[in-house]
Amino acid sequence: MTALVGDVAAEVGGKLPRSVIGVAPEHPRPRRSARAKRRYALTVLAFMLPSAIPLVLFVLGPMVAAAWISLTEWNLLSPAKWVGLDNYATLLTDPETAHVFLHTVYYIVGYLPLVYIGGLAIAIALNTALRGRTLLRGVYFLPVITSWIVVALVWRWLLNPSNGVVNTVLGFFGIAGPGWWSDPAWAMPSIILASAWKDLGFVMVILLAGLQAIDPGLVDAARVDGAGWWRRLFSITLPLLSPATFFVIVISLINGFQVFDQVYAMTGGGPGGATQVVVQQIYDLTFRYGKAGEASALSWLLFIVILAVTVVQIRGQRKWVNYG
Amino acid sequence: MAETTTLRADRPRVAPARTAAARTAAARAAMGRSVLLHTVMVIGALAMFFPFYWTLVTSLSPGAGLSSTPSLVPANPSLDAYVQLFQQVPFARVVGNSMLLAVITTLVQLLTSATAAYAFSRLPFPGRTVVFGVYLATMMIPLQVLVVPLFAELKAFGLVDTYLGALLPTFAAAFGIFLLRQAMNQVPVELDEAAALDGAGHFRIFWTVILPNIRPALATLAVFAFMGSWNSFLWPLVVLRSPELQTLPVALAGLQGQFTTQWDIVMAGSVISILPMLAIYLFAQKYVIQGVANAGLK
Repeated sequence: MTALVGDVAAEVGGKLPRSVIGVAPEHPRPRRSARAKRRYALTVLAFMLPSAIPLVLFVLGPMVAAAWISLTEWNLLSPAKWVGLDNYATLLTDPETAHVFLHTVYYIVGYLPLVYIGGLAIAIALNTALRGRTLLRGVYFLPVITSWIVVALVWRWLLNPSNGVVNTVLGFFGIAGPGWWSDPAWAMPSIILASAWKDLGFVMVILLAGLQAIDPGLVDAARVDGAGWWRRLFSITLPLLSPATFFVIVISLINGFQVFDQVYAMTGGGPGGATQVVVQQIYDLTFRYGKAGEASALSWLLFIVILAVTVVQIRGQRKWVNYG
Repeated sequence: MAETTTLRADRPRVAPARTAAARTAAARAAMGRSVLLHTVMVIGALAMFFPFYWTLVTSLSPGAGLSSTPSLVPANPSLDAYVQLFQQVPFARVVGNSMLLAVITTLVQLLTSATAAYAFSRLPFPGRTVVFGVYLATMMIPLQVLVVPLFAELKAFGLVDTYLGALLPTFAAAFGIFLLRQAMNQVPVELDEAAALDGAGHFRIFWTVILPNIRPALATLAVFAFMGSWNSFLWPLVVLRSPELQTLPVALAGLQGQFTTQWDIVMAGSVISILPMLAIYLFAQKYVIQGVANAGLK
């Protein structure tokens, strides 16, 4: 936590404006009367409190409270009973915990390459001289603004095993489509498919912005030197695109570990627990089984995993991210 | 095609090496590639758009999903599903709830983000960098981690199953503060200084100098805040228990939970839930896409 905050803070600190009205932090502050100081402090408070109060009350406070609840046995109704680290011990020895984390990782491993390669292909195509670029960009972005619930419902209907559109079309080609969300083997791929379809536009926009920042002279120079399309992609475009790629991967991993809405609406964790992901498990533990303590412990495990993965990525970025 | 032409114009050295025939062949190949690319992109766009089209068609096909096989145009188009939607569930109320929550969330988030961004951009105070780091770190905390304690907290305040309970946790968001601070840092400090010489205090500078200069960023944040609230699912699901307080996504998920899903009704609800976002998106497309692009570049 501190390492990450430190990194962020260091980066942010470097960008703060040098001269600020009345006070420049790098120079000795002008001597002010006690009254002026008090007035300035009140001004700062007036600007900070509207955001600080909600953040402390509804983010930082609950974060700490979740740690405390995770050490109790509690069903949200009767008084909580202190149990120390029991919840963590239960979770770490329960094979169900490994399952829900594995399912979450399965989701990420299927989703990330699909959405990245798809988004990259569209971004590259839209970066060339193409008629109707703006319209195409709008259409590819459309699913991003739609809610997960609508996307999940629509895809559940499209992938309906008996008379859904997808299986009807497959049947037209003589292929018997699988039972998508009703077959344990296909339920997760269904969720991955719907999620990738929704997020493709988001990834496309980030990568397109990255592509447009690349100096076309570099690509032309490589072309003159006889580098083919693939060679230019791997030796020039992708390395120069690495900051955008880094952002996409960091965000996708953070979001991927928190996957919930589409699972809740498409399969509810089924069939037979085949799509039970971590957050669905947290929800079920709290609101179906009345185990708020265990749910909080699982929440903290999830947060620690997300934090660890993010810190590892920030540390590792120097090896492959090229900030030109 | 255009690319090849500019290349040739830019680099005449390459051109003399080619014969006229080779040039025509190259142009034809480039043309073929361009046609192929356009075709692929249009097919892709149709695939992206198809589910929306399908939602609309299904919502207009009475009794869809019970025994019907899909067809591209509804056999007996009717608005029956929309009528039933408003009869079976308090749907007008649900749409109103979502609208109310989204508008309030957007307004309050604009206020809390703008004031905090001003402090982080213009008001040095001890520990400012650390506080900003903590603010940014809150972006990484999954809502799911907070659900149980938040629920307990709002229960203790007696706010479960109230609009206020649904609203309070959405009042401040680090993303907005980050976005607006970025924009404020682009506003030249000389403008503030000129206003300060005219005797303006911080509140006046904030209101008359800074805010008018960051309108595009404010619009971006407004769209994102509205979208976040309009589409949010987990927190409204947890905190709003009575049917008449439900929001659109929760009500839609609930419709599906019935014994036999009436897909025409579910899809009618989906169409209604997409429309306002679509309107806002068409109006602010430039800002939305720019906002996403900026998030990735900075």
